[in-house]
Amino acid sequence: MADVAVQQSVAAAYEPSLFGTYSKKIGMWLFLLSDSLTFGALLYAYSYGRISTPNWPTPFHSSSIINATIMTAFLLTSSLTMVLAVRAAVFGNMRAVQGWLFATMACGIGFVVLHGREWSHLIAEGLTLPVFPSVPGAEANKEFVDVSKTVPQFAATFFGLTGMHMLHVTLGVVYLGVVALRKKFIPILLGLWLLAWLATPSYSPFHYGAHVLLLSAIVCSVILWLKPKVYDSSDIEVAGLYWHFVDLVWMFIFPLVYLMSTRIV
Amino acid sequence: MDAVQVAIAERVAEQHRHHGKGQFFWVWGVLLVITAIEVYLGYQNMEPVRMLSILMGLSLIKAALIIGYFMHMKFELSRMKWITMCSLVFCLAMMCVFFPDAFRILHLGVR
Repeated sequence: MADVAVQQSVAAAYEPSLFGTYSKKIGMWLFLLSDSLTFGALLYAYSYGRISTPNWPTPFHSSSIINATIMTAFLLTSSLTMVLAVRAAVFGNMRAVQGWLFATMACGIGFVVLHGREWSHLIAEGLTLPVFPSVPGAEANKEFVDVSKTVPQFAATFFGLTGMHMLHVTLGVVYLGVVALRKKFIPILLGLWLLAWLATPSYSPFHYGAHVLLLSAIVCSVILWLKPKVYDSSDIEVAGLYWHFVDLVWMFIFPLVYLMSTRIV
Repeated sequence: MDAVQVAIAERVAEQHRHHGKGQFFWVWGVLLVITAIEVYLGYQNMEPVRMLSILMGLSLIKAALIIGYFMHMKFELSRMKWITMCSLVFCLAMMCVFFPDAFRILHLGVR
Protein backbone atom coordinates (compact mmCIF):
# COMPACT_ATOMS: atom_id res chain seq x y z
CA MET A 1 0.00 0.00 0.00
CA ALA A 2 2.87 2.32 0.77
CA ASP A 3 4.00 2.08 -2.86
CA VAL A 4 0.81 3.67 -4.17
CA ALA A 5 0.45 6.39 -1.53
CA VAL A 6 -0.13 9.85 -3.03
CA GLN A 7 2.85 12.15 -2.69
CA GLN A 8 1.07 15.28 -1.40
CA SER A 9 4.12 17.46 -1.65
CA VAL A 10 5.01 16.62 -5.26
CA ALA A 11 3.52 19.29 -7.50
CA ALA A 12 4.01 17.23 -10.65
CA ALA A 13 1.68 14.51 -9.31
CA TYR A 14 -1.32 16.80 -9.91
CA GLU A 15 -3.00 17.95 -13.08
CA PRO A 16 -2.92 21.70 -13.72
CA SER A 17 -5.94 23.69 -12.56
CA LEU A 18 -8.80 23.58 -15.07
CA PHE A 19 -9.51 27.28 -14.54
CA GLY A 20 -5.88 28.38 -14.33
CA THR A 21 -6.24 29.74 -10.83
CA TYR A 22 -6.02 28.56 -7.23
CA SER A 23 -8.79 26.71 -5.37
CA LYS A 24 -9.58 29.48 -2.86
CA LYS A 25 -10.43 31.87 -5.66
CA ILE A 26 -12.62 29.31 -7.44
CA GLY A 27 -14.33 28.61 -4.11
CA MET A 28 -15.06 32.31 -3.63
CA TRP A 29 -16.39 32.62 -7.20
CA LEU A 30 -18.75 29.67 -6.56
CA PHE A 31 -19.96 31.31 -3.35
CA LEU A 32 -20.49 34.62 -5.18
CA LEU A 33 -22.45 32.87 -7.94
CA SER A 34 -24.77 31.33 -5.36
CA ASP A 35 -25.07 34.64 -3.49
CA SER A 36 -25.89 36.46 -6.71
CA LEU A 37 -28.88 34.15 -7.06
CA THR A 38 -30.01 35.17 -3.57
CA PHE A 39 -29.86 38.84 -4.53
CA GLY A 40 -31.26 38.00 -7.97
CA ALA A 41 -34.32 36.43 -6.34
CA LEU A 42 -34.81 39.50 -4.11
CA LEU A 43 -34.43 41.91 -7.03
CA TYR A 44 -36.83 39.85 -9.15
CA ALA A 45 -39.33 39.83 -6.27
CA TYR A 46 -39.04 43.60 -6.05
CA SER A 47 -39.50 43.97 -9.83
CA TYR A 48 -42.48 41.58 -9.75
CA GLY A 49 -44.15 43.76 -7.12
CA ARG A 50 -43.28 46.89 -9.08
CA ILE A 51 -44.84 45.59 -12.31
CA SER A 52 -47.97 44.10 -10.74
CA THR A 53 -48.81 47.15 -8.59
CA PRO A 54 -50.19 50.03 -10.65
CA ASN A 55 -50.03 52.57 -7.79
CA TRP A 56 -46.40 51.84 -6.86
CA PRO A 57 -45.27 54.65 -4.54
CA THR A 58 -42.47 57.08 -5.37
CA PRO A 59 -41.62 58.27 -1.87
CA PHE A 60 -37.94 59.16 -2.27
CA HIS A 61 -37.41 62.92 -2.13
CA SER A 62 -34.16 64.53 -3.22
CA SER A 63 -32.65 64.15 0.28
CA SER A 64 -32.94 60.34 0.00
CA ILE A 65 -31.55 60.34 -3.54
CA ILE A 66 -28.59 62.55 -2.55
CA ASN A 67 -27.93 60.26 0.43
CA ALA A 68 -28.07 57.13 -1.78
CA THR A 69 -25.80 58.78 -4.37
CA ILE A 70 -23.18 59.54 -1.70
CA MET A 71 -23.52 55.93 -0.49
CA THR A 72 -22.89 54.75 -4.08
CA ALA A 73 -19.80 56.96 -4.33
CA PHE A 74 -18.54 55.47 -1.03
CA LEU A 75 -18.91 51.93 -2.40
CA LEU A 76 -17.30 52.73 -5.75
CA THR A 77 -14.38 54.39 -3.98
CA SER A 78 -14.08 51.42 -1.64
CA SER A 79 -13.77 49.14 -4.68
CA LEU A 80 -10.92 51.30 -5.99
CA THR A 81 -9.10 51.19 -2.64
CA MET A 82 -9.68 47.41 -2.47
CA VAL A 83 -8.17 46.82 -5.89
CA LEU A 84 -5.19 48.98 -4.85
CA ALA A 85 -4.84 46.79 -1.73
CA VAL A 86 -4.70 43.69 -3.94
CA ARG A 87 -2.12 45.37 -6.15
CA ALA A 88 0.01 46.33 -3.14
CA ALA A 89 -0.27 42.73 -1.88
CA VAL A 90 1.09 41.19 -5.09
CA PHE A 91 4.07 43.56 -4.85
CA GLY A 92 4.57 42.44 -1.24
CA ASN A 93 4.05 45.92 0.21
CA MET A 94 2.13 44.83 3.32
CA ARG A 95 2.16 48.28 4.91
CA ALA A 96 0.34 49.73 1.89
CA VAL A 97 -2.04 46.74 1.93
CA GLN A 98 -3.07 47.59 5.48
CA GLY A 99 -3.57 51.25 4.58
CA TRP A 100 -5.74 50.48 1.56
CA LEU A 101 -7.73 47.88 3.53
CA PHE A 102 -8.38 50.47 6.26
CA ALA A 103 -9.52 52.96 3.60
CA THR A 104 -11.87 50.31 2.16
CA MET A 105 -13.25 49.56 5.63
CA ALA A 106 -13.75 53.28 6.30
CA CYS A 107 -15.78 53.63 3.09
CA GLY A 108 -17.80 50.52 4.04
CA ILE A 109 -18.50 51.88 7.52
CA GLY A 110 -19.47 55.24 5.98
CA PHE A 111 -21.92 53.41 3.72
CA VAL A 112 -23.50 51.49 6.61
CA VAL A 113 -23.78 54.60 8.80
CA LEU A 114 -25.44 56.63 6.02
CA HIS A 115 -27.77 53.75 5.24
CA GLY A 116 -28.63 53.25 8.91
CA ARG A 117 -29.36 56.97 9.26
CA GLU A 118 -31.68 56.82 6.26
CA TRP A 119 -33.51 53.75 7.60
CA SER A 120 -34.01 55.44 10.98
CA HIS A 121 -35.32 58.57 9.25
CA LEU A 122 -37.78 56.60 7.09
CA ILE A 123 -39.00 54.49 10.04
CA ALA A 124 -39.55 57.60 12.17
CA GLU A 125 -41.55 59.16 9.33
CA GLY A 126 -43.86 56.12 9.10
CA LEU A 127 -42.38 53.98 6.30
CA THR A 128 -42.03 50.91 8.47
CA LEU A 129 -42.68 47.21 8.89
CA PRO A 130 -45.04 45.69 11.49
CA VAL A 131 -42.04 43.98 13.16
CA PHE A 132 -40.31 47.31 13.85
CA PRO A 133 -41.31 48.95 17.15
CA SER A 134 -42.91 52.38 16.79
CA VAL A 135 -40.71 55.39 17.42
CA PRO A 136 -41.90 57.25 20.55
CA GLY A 137 -42.61 60.94 20.00
CA ALA A 138 -41.95 60.86 16.26
CA GLU A 139 -44.23 62.81 13.98
CA ALA A 140 -45.31 60.48 11.17
CA ASN A 141 -45.47 61.75 7.62
CA LYS A 142 -48.93 61.03 6.14
CA GLU A 143 -47.41 60.15 2.76
CA PHE A 144 -45.18 57.42 4.25
CA VAL A 145 -47.94 56.06 6.52
CA ASP A 146 -50.23 55.75 3.47
CA VAL A 147 -47.51 53.91 1.55
CA SER A 148 -47.06 51.43 4.41
CA LYS A 149 -50.82 50.80 4.54
CA THR A 150 -51.81 50.76 0.87
CA VAL A 151 -48.71 49.11 -0.67
CA PRO A 152 -47.18 47.09 2.18
CA GLN A 153 -44.97 45.18 -0.29
CA PHE A 154 -43.00 48.40 -0.92
CA ALA A 155 -41.67 48.60 2.64
CA ALA A 156 -41.27 44.81 2.83
CA THR A 157 -39.16 44.60 -0.33
CA PHE A 158 -37.28 47.83 0.40
CA PHE A 159 -36.21 46.81 3.91
CA GLY A 160 -35.66 43.17 2.89
CA LEU A 161 -33.44 43.98 -0.06
CA THR A 162 -31.45 46.86 1.43
CA GLY A 163 -31.21 45.09 4.82
CA MET A 164 -29.71 42.00 3.18
CA HIS A 165 -27.21 44.19 1.35
CA MET A 166 -26.34 46.14 4.52
CA LEU A 167 -25.68 42.83 6.27
CA HIS A 168 -23.30 41.84 3.47
CA VAL A 169 -21.44 45.16 3.69
CA THR A 170 -21.13 44.82 7.49
CA LEU A 171 -19.77 41.28 7.19
CA GLY A 172 -17.44 42.49 4.43
CA VAL A 173 -15.99 45.12 6.78
CA VAL A 174 -15.47 42.41 9.42
CA TYR A 175 -13.82 40.14 6.82
CA LEU A 176 -11.41 42.88 5.73
CA GLY A 177 -10.69 43.76 9.37
CA VAL A 178 -9.71 40.16 10.11
CA VAL A 179 -7.53 39.97 6.99
CA ALA A 180 -5.82 43.28 7.86
CA LEU A 181 -5.34 42.86 11.61
CA ARG A 182 -6.08 39.20 12.40
CA LYS A 183 -6.46 38.64 16.19
CA LYS A 184 -5.97 42.33 16.94
CA PHE A 185 -9.27 43.05 15.19
CA ILE A 186 -11.38 41.04 17.68
CA PRO A 187 -11.25 43.64 20.52
CA ILE A 188 -11.95 46.40 17.97
CA LEU A 189 -14.96 44.41 16.73
CA LEU A 190 -16.23 43.97 20.28
CA GLY A 191 -15.78 47.71 20.83
CA LEU A 192 -17.78 48.44 17.67
CA TRP A 193 -20.50 46.07 18.86
CA LEU A 194 -20.74 47.84 22.23
CA LEU A 195 -20.75 51.23 20.54
CA ALA A 196 -23.48 50.24 18.08
CA TRP A 197 -25.56 48.59 20.81
CA LEU A 198 -25.31 51.39 23.36
CA ALA A 199 -25.54 54.27 20.89
CA THR A 200 -28.81 53.12 19.31
CA PRO A 201 -32.14 53.53 21.15
CA SER A 202 -33.98 50.36 22.21
CA TYR A 203 -36.76 50.86 19.61
CA SER A 204 -34.28 50.98 16.71
CA PRO A 205 -33.86 47.82 14.60
CA PHE A 206 -30.10 48.48 14.79
CA HIS A 207 -30.17 48.02 18.59
CA TYR A 208 -30.69 44.30 18.02
CA GLY A 209 -29.01 44.25 14.60
CA ALA A 210 -25.76 45.27 16.33
CA HIS A 211 -25.55 41.75 17.76
CA VAL A 212 -24.42 40.63 14.28
CA LEU A 213 -21.06 42.17 15.28
CA LEU A 214 -20.95 40.14 18.49
CA LEU A 215 -21.78 36.97 16.59
CA SER A 216 -19.09 37.72 14.00
CA ALA A 217 -16.56 38.38 16.79
CA ILE A 218 -17.29 34.91 18.21
CA VAL A 219 -17.09 33.20 14.80
CA CYS A 220 -13.88 35.07 13.84
CA SER A 221 -12.29 34.21 17.21
CA VAL A 222 -13.01 30.52 16.66
CA ILE A 223 -11.65 30.63 13.09
CA LEU A 224 -8.49 32.52 14.12
CA TRP A 225 -7.97 30.15 17.06
CA LEU A 226 -8.42 27.02 14.93
CA LYS A 227 -6.40 28.22 11.97
CA PRO A 228 -3.99 31.04 12.84
CA LYS A 229 -2.10 32.19 9.75
CA VAL A 230 -0.54 35.17 8.02
CA TYR A 231 -2.76 36.23 5.16
CA ASP A 232 -0.95 36.45 1.81
CA SER A 233 -1.77 38.12 -1.51
CA SER A 234 -4.14 35.31 -2.53
CA ASP A 235 -6.21 35.85 0.65
CA ILE A 236 -6.33 39.59 -0.04
CA GLU A 237 -7.48 38.92 -3.60
CA VAL A 238 -10.22 36.52 -2.45
CA ALA A 239 -11.41 39.06 0.15
CA GLY A 240 -11.40 41.64 -2.64
CA LEU A 241 -13.66 39.48 -4.80
CA TYR A 242 -16.23 39.44 -2.00
CA TRP A 243 -15.99 43.20 -1.52
CA HIS A 244 -16.39 43.96 -5.24
CA PHE A 245 -19.42 41.69 -5.33
CA VAL A 246 -21.09 43.74 -2.59
CA ASP A 247 -20.39 46.86 -4.68
CA LEU A 248 -21.72 45.14 -7.80
CA VAL A 249 -25.05 44.25 -6.18
CA TRP A 250 -25.56 47.86 -5.10
CA MET A 251 -25.19 48.93 -8.75
CA PHE A 252 -28.55 47.23 -9.35
CA ILE A 253 -30.26 48.10 -6.06
CA PHE A 254 -29.56 51.83 -6.42
CA PRO A 255 -31.36 52.39 -9.76
CA LEU A 256 -34.10 49.81 -9.17
CA VAL A 257 -35.07 50.75 -5.63
CA TYR A 258 -34.14 54.43 -5.39
CA LEU A 259 -34.07 56.01 -8.84
CA MET A 260 -37.21 54.20 -10.05
CA SER A 261 -39.04 55.51 -6.95
CA THR A 262 -37.89 59.12 -7.13
CA ARG A 263 -40.48 61.76 -6.26
CA ILE A 264 -40.32 64.32 -9.08
CA VAL A 265 -41.85 67.66 -8.06
CA MET B 1 -1.57 25.82 0.64
CA ASP B 2 0.26 22.96 -1.07
CA ALA B 3 3.04 23.46 -3.61
CA VAL B 4 0.68 23.49 -6.61
CA GLN B 5 -1.60 26.10 -5.07
CA VAL B 6 1.38 28.28 -4.13
CA ALA B 7 2.72 28.04 -7.70
CA ILE B 8 -0.66 28.97 -9.20
CA ALA B 9 -1.11 31.83 -6.72
CA GLU B 10 2.32 33.17 -7.65
CA ARG B 11 1.42 33.02 -11.35
CA VAL B 12 -1.85 34.90 -10.70
CA ALA B 13 0.08 37.50 -8.66
CA GLU B 14 2.52 37.83 -11.56
CA GLN B 15 -0.40 38.61 -13.90
CA HIS B 16 -1.58 41.34 -11.49
CA ARG B 17 1.88 42.94 -11.49
CA HIS B 18 1.58 43.63 -15.21
CA HIS B 19 -1.51 45.82 -14.83
CA GLY B 20 -0.92 49.50 -14.22
CA LYS B 21 -2.70 51.49 -11.51
CA GLY B 22 -4.04 53.93 -14.10
CA GLN B 23 -6.66 51.58 -15.52
CA PHE B 24 -8.29 51.20 -12.09
CA PHE B 25 -8.62 54.98 -11.69
CA TRP B 26 -9.99 55.18 -15.21
CA VAL B 27 -12.64 52.51 -14.47
CA TRP B 28 -13.52 54.23 -11.18
CA GLY B 29 -14.01 57.53 -13.02
CA VAL B 30 -16.27 55.93 -15.65
CA LEU B 31 -18.34 54.26 -12.90
CA LEU B 32 -18.83 57.62 -11.16
CA VAL B 33 -19.81 59.31 -14.44
CA ILE B 34 -22.36 56.57 -15.23
CA THR B 35 -23.78 56.95 -11.70
CA ALA B 36 -24.16 60.71 -12.29
CA ILE B 37 -25.98 60.01 -15.58
CA GLU B 38 -28.30 57.57 -13.78
CA VAL B 39 -29.16 60.15 -11.11
CA TYR B 40 -29.85 62.75 -13.84
CA LEU B 41 -32.15 60.28 -15.62
CA GLY B 42 -33.93 59.58 -12.34
CA TYR B 43 -35.27 63.14 -12.42
CA GLN B 44 -36.47 63.00 -16.02
CA ASN B 45 -40.18 62.39 -16.29
CA MET B 46 -39.79 59.28 -18.42
CA GLU B 47 -42.15 56.39 -18.99
CA PRO B 48 -41.20 53.73 -16.33
CA VAL B 49 -40.47 50.86 -18.75
CA ARG B 50 -38.20 53.07 -20.91
CA MET B 51 -36.48 54.46 -17.84
CA LEU B 52 -36.03 50.95 -16.43
CA SER B 53 -34.49 49.72 -19.70
CA ILE B 54 -31.97 52.59 -19.80
CA LEU B 55 -31.07 52.28 -16.11
CA MET B 56 -30.63 48.51 -16.34
CA GLY B 57 -28.51 48.93 -19.47
CA LEU B 58 -26.23 51.38 -17.63
CA SER B 59 -26.11 49.07 -14.59
CA LEU B 60 -25.03 46.19 -16.82
CA ILE B 61 -22.17 48.33 -18.18
CA LYS B 62 -21.14 49.14 -14.60
CA ALA B 63 -21.37 45.46 -13.63
CA ALA B 64 -19.23 44.48 -16.62
CA LEU B 65 -16.57 47.05 -15.66
CA ILE B 66 -16.52 45.88 -12.02
CA ILE B 67 -16.38 42.18 -12.91
CA GLY B 68 -13.91 42.68 -15.76
CA TYR B 69 -11.39 45.02 -14.14
CA PHE B 70 -11.90 45.11 -10.36
CA MET B 71 -12.69 41.38 -10.07
CA HIS B 72 -10.01 40.63 -12.66
CA MET B 73 -12.28 38.44 -14.80
CA LYS B 74 -11.06 40.09 -18.02
CA PHE B 75 -7.65 38.55 -17.42
CA GLU B 76 -8.79 35.04 -16.46
CA LEU B 77 -8.72 32.05 -18.82
CA SER B 78 -11.62 32.06 -21.29
CA ARG B 79 -12.79 28.76 -19.80
CA MET B 80 -13.24 30.44 -16.42
CA LYS B 81 -14.93 33.49 -17.98
CA TRP B 82 -17.44 31.54 -20.04
CA ILE B 83 -18.37 28.89 -17.47
CA THR B 84 -18.95 31.31 -14.60
CA MET B 85 -20.66 34.07 -16.57
CA CYS B 86 -22.85 31.79 -18.71
CA SER B 87 -24.08 29.82 -15.69
CA LEU B 88 -24.87 33.06 -13.84
CA VAL B 89 -26.73 34.64 -16.76
CA PHE B 90 -28.64 31.40 -17.42
CA CYS B 91 -29.77 31.02 -13.80
CA LEU B 92 -30.79 34.68 -13.53
CA ALA B 93 -32.60 34.56 -16.89
CA MET B 94 -34.60 31.54 -15.68
CA MET B 95 -36.15 33.76 -13.01
CA CYS B 96 -37.76 35.88 -15.77
CA VAL B 97 -40.38 33.12 -15.98
CA PHE B 98 -42.29 34.96 -13.21
CA PHE B 99 -42.74 38.24 -15.09
CA PRO B 100 -45.64 37.20 -17.36
CA ASP B 101 -47.61 36.52 -14.17
CA ALA B 102 -46.85 40.03 -12.90
CA PHE B 103 -48.15 41.49 -16.20
CA ARG B 104 -51.26 39.26 -15.93
CA ILE B 105 -52.04 40.70 -12.51
CA LEU B 106 -51.48 44.22 -13.83
CA HIS B 107 -53.83 43.74 -16.79
CA LEU B 108 -56.46 41.43 -15.35
CA GLY B 109 -56.34 42.06 -11.61
CA VAL B 110 -55.71 39.41 -8.95
CA ARG B 111 -57.93 36.31 -9.44
